[in-house]
Amino acid sequence: MTSIDTHHAAGTSAAPPAVAAWITSADHKQVGRLYAGTGLVGLLGGLVLAVLVAFERIDAEGYQLLDANSVAQVLSAARLLLTFGAVAPLLLGIAVAVVPLQLGARSLALPRLAAGGYWMWLTGLGLAVASIIANGGPGGGSSDMVDLYVLGTIVMAGGLIMTATSVATSVLTSRAPGMGLLRAPMFSWSALVGSVTLILALPVFIGTSIYLYVDHKYARAAFGGNVGISDWAGWALSQPFTYLLAIPALGMVLDIVPVMGRTKLAQRSAANVAIGIVSVSVLATVTQSTVSLPWDGEKFFDNLGDKIADLLPWGLLTVVPLLGVLGVLGLSGLTLKNGKPRVAAPLVFAMHGLLTILLGVAANVLGSIDDAGLRGSIFEAGTYVAITFGTVTIAFGALCYWGPKLWGRRIPDKAALPLGLLALLATALGSIPYMIAGFADQPAGALDGFSYEGPQELWNTLTTAGFALMLLTTLAFVALALKSFTSGEAAGDDPWDGQTLEWATSSPPPADNFSDLVVVGSATPLADLKSNTNGKDA
Amino acid sequence: MLALPPAPQAPARRQVFVATSLAAAAGTTLLGGMLAMWLQFRADAPLRESAKRGMIKDWMPAKIVVPEVATNMMLIGLCVVCVMAQWAVYSAKRNDRTHAGLAFGLTALFGLMVVNAQVYTWTQMGVAVNGGAFHTMFYAITGTMMVLLVSGLVFTAVAAFRYLGGRTKELEVVSANALYWYFLTAAFTALWFVVYVQK
Repeated sequence: MTSIDTHHAAGTSAAPPAVAAWITSADHKQVGRLYAGTGLVGLLGGLVLAVLVAFERIDAEGYQLLDANSVAQVLSAARLLLTFGAVAPLLLGIAVAVVPLQLGARSLALPRLAAGGYWMWLTGLGLAVASIIANGGPGGGSSDMVDLYVLGTIVMAGGLIMTATSVATSVLTSRAPGMGLLRAPMFSWSALVGSVTLILALPVFIGTSIYLYVDHKYARAAFGGNVGISDWAGWALSQPFTYLLAIPALGMVLDIVPVMGRTKLAQRSAANVAIGIVSVSVLATVTQSTVSLPWDGEKFFDNLGDKIADLLPWGLLTVVPLLGVLGVLGLSGLTLKNGKPRVAAPLVFAMHGLLTILLGVAANVLGSIDDAGLRGSIFEAGTYVAITFGTVTIAFGALCYWGPKLWGRRIPDKAALPLGLLALLATALGSIPYMIAGFADQPAGALDGFSYEGPQELWNTLTTAGFALMLLTTLAFVALALKSFTSGEAAGDDPWDGQTLEWATSSPPPADNFSDLVVVGSATPLADLKSNTNGKDA
Repeated sequence: MLALPPAPQAPARRQVFVATSLAAAAGTTLLGGMLAMWLQFRADAPLRESAKRGMIKDWMPAKIVVPEVATNMMLIGLCVVCVMAQWAVYSAKRNDRTHAGLAFGLTALFGLMVVNAQVYTWTQMGVAVNGGAFHTMFYAITGTMMVLLVSGLVFTAVAAFRYLGGRTKELEVVSANALYWYFLTAAFTALWFVVYVQK
C-alpha cells in the first residue's frame, strides 16, 4: 500500500511568497489564486459600471452621470469586465488550481503555458480597459485607442486560450492510473469540455478582431469603423458565448451536490452527457442561429419538411444546451433526494447559481425566436445577467468549497450562507425586470430617450437595485474571503468528507500535490477508501 | 492514515503532442473563421464585367494580379516540409541523429522558402493596405498565416535544438513539430484555394 500523506512539504507552500515568486511562479495553485483573485477585482469593477448603466436607465429623459458620447464605451467596459475580467478568470482560475488535484497529478500539464496565459490575459485586459478610459473601445473617439482596444482583446483572448490549453491537456494526459475520462471528477470533466470549447470559439473572435484591427487602422472600409466593433465582435460578450464560460460551473455543481448530499452522484454517465451537450453552444456561438417559427397562418402539416429543416439547426444549437442544463438540475435534485443533504454555503451558492443559469438559458431560447420580437431589446441583457451572475454565484460556492485547498483555511458557513440567498435575490432583481422591459421593447443599447407604456422606471429601478445588491454581495464575499483565508479557521485536509482525490492531500497541498502516484478504481476513490476502512474497523 | 493502492510506473503522457493538437484545432477555427468572413464579403460584393469570365464578383480589384508561381510554390513547399518533418520523426525514432538533423534543417529551409514566397507575393501583388475591404482583409488573413508559419519555424528550431542537444528520448516534441506542419499545410491549402485561386 502506498501512503498518500503529503504533509512533508506543507511548510514550504505556507510561507508568504515574495512578489517575484508570485510573478514567476508556475505552481498551478499560485496561478489559480492569481486568476481567481484578479477575477474578483474585475467582477467588482464590472458591477460598479453595471450599476452606473442601470442607474442611467431609470430616468430615460437626460443623462445623470454619463454623457451621450460615452454610453457605448461604458456599456462595452461593463460587459468586457464581467465576461472576460470576471467570469472567465474565476472559472479558469479555479480549474487551474483544482483540476490537477482532482486528477491525482503532481502539477498542471505545461504549467508555464498556464502562467504565461494568465499574464497575457491580464496584459490584454489591462490594455483594453486602459484604452476605453482613454476614449477608445467600441464607439470611442480616439482612433489610436480604438486600435489599442482591439489589440488588447486579441492579447486577452490569446492568454485565455493558452490557459485553457493547459487545463484541457492536463485532463487528457495527467489523470491518475485507473482514472479513465469518465471516472474523472465532474468538475475536471466540465473543465475539459469548457476548455475545448474556448479553444475552438476564441480563435474565431481573434480572427474577427484581426480583421477589425487592420481595417480600422488602415482603411475603415469594411467593418464600420469604431461602431462596427460591437456589431462584428460583440457576440463574445453575449449569449451563447456565455454558456461556454458557464460549462465548468455545471461541473462544480455536480461535484458539490453529492458531497453535500452525503451520497454518490446519481446517473453519473447521464451527468457526463448533460455537460457534454451544453458544448454544442460553441456552434451556436459562431453561427448566431435564430429562427422564425413557421407555423403562423398555415396548417400544421403543410410543408412540414421545410418547417423541420428551418427548426432543426436552431433546435440543435439553442434548445439542446437548455436540455443539458435541465439535466444537470435534474441529476442534482435526484442526488439530493437520495442523500441526506446538509445546508452548507457551497450547496446554497451552487443550487442558486444553477437555477439562475437555467433561467438565462431558457430565456435565450425565447429570445432567439424572431417572432417573439425581442431582438435588439433589453431582454438580451436580462438573459446575460442571469447567466453571468449565476456563473459567478456558483464560483463563489466553489471558492467556499475548494477554499481549503487554495488557502488552507475555510470560509465560515454561517457567514457565507446569507450571501448565497442575497446572490439569488440580486440575480432575480437584476435579470427578470430587464426581461419584462424587453417585452415592452425597451432598447438594448440606449440609456436615454426611450419610452413605453408601463412602469418603465420601476423595472429599471429594480434592476439597479439588483446590480447594487450583487455589488454589495460581492464586496461582502471578498471581505469575508480575505478575512477567512488570511486569519480564519484552519481547514482540515478533508473538511467536507469529500469523495475525490483533492481531499486526500493536505490543505493547502504541498508544491508537488501528492507524494506518490495512486491507482484509482472508481469515480469516487476517496469515498470508496473511507467505506473500506470503516468496514475493516467495524 | 488513508492509503490507496500503489500505482505502477506512470505512462508516457505526451503533453506536448496533445497541446499541439489542441493548438492546431485552435488554428483551424482561427483561419476557418477568417476564411468564412472572407467568403461572406466576397459573396456580398457587387458584380462586374470580366474580359475573360463574363460577370464576376467585384471583390479583388481587376488591376491586381496574383503571382501564381509563387503561391503554388508555397503550397508545394509546405507539402515538402511535411515530408521533411516526418523524416525527422522517422530518423529520431531510429536514433539516427545525422539524418534527423538533416531533416530538421531541410524542414526549416523549406519553411523559410514559404515565408520568402509569401513576402514576394506581397511585394508583387502591390496591394495597398488602405485601398479598401479586399486590401485590408487580404493582409489580415495572409498576415495571420505568416504568423502561424513563423511560429512553425520557431517550433522546428526548438525541437531541433532539444533533440540535437541530447534529449533524444523525448520524441513527442519531434512528432508534435511534424503535426504542426501538417496542420499548417492543410490550413494553407484552404487559404491558397480561397484567396489565391478562387480570389
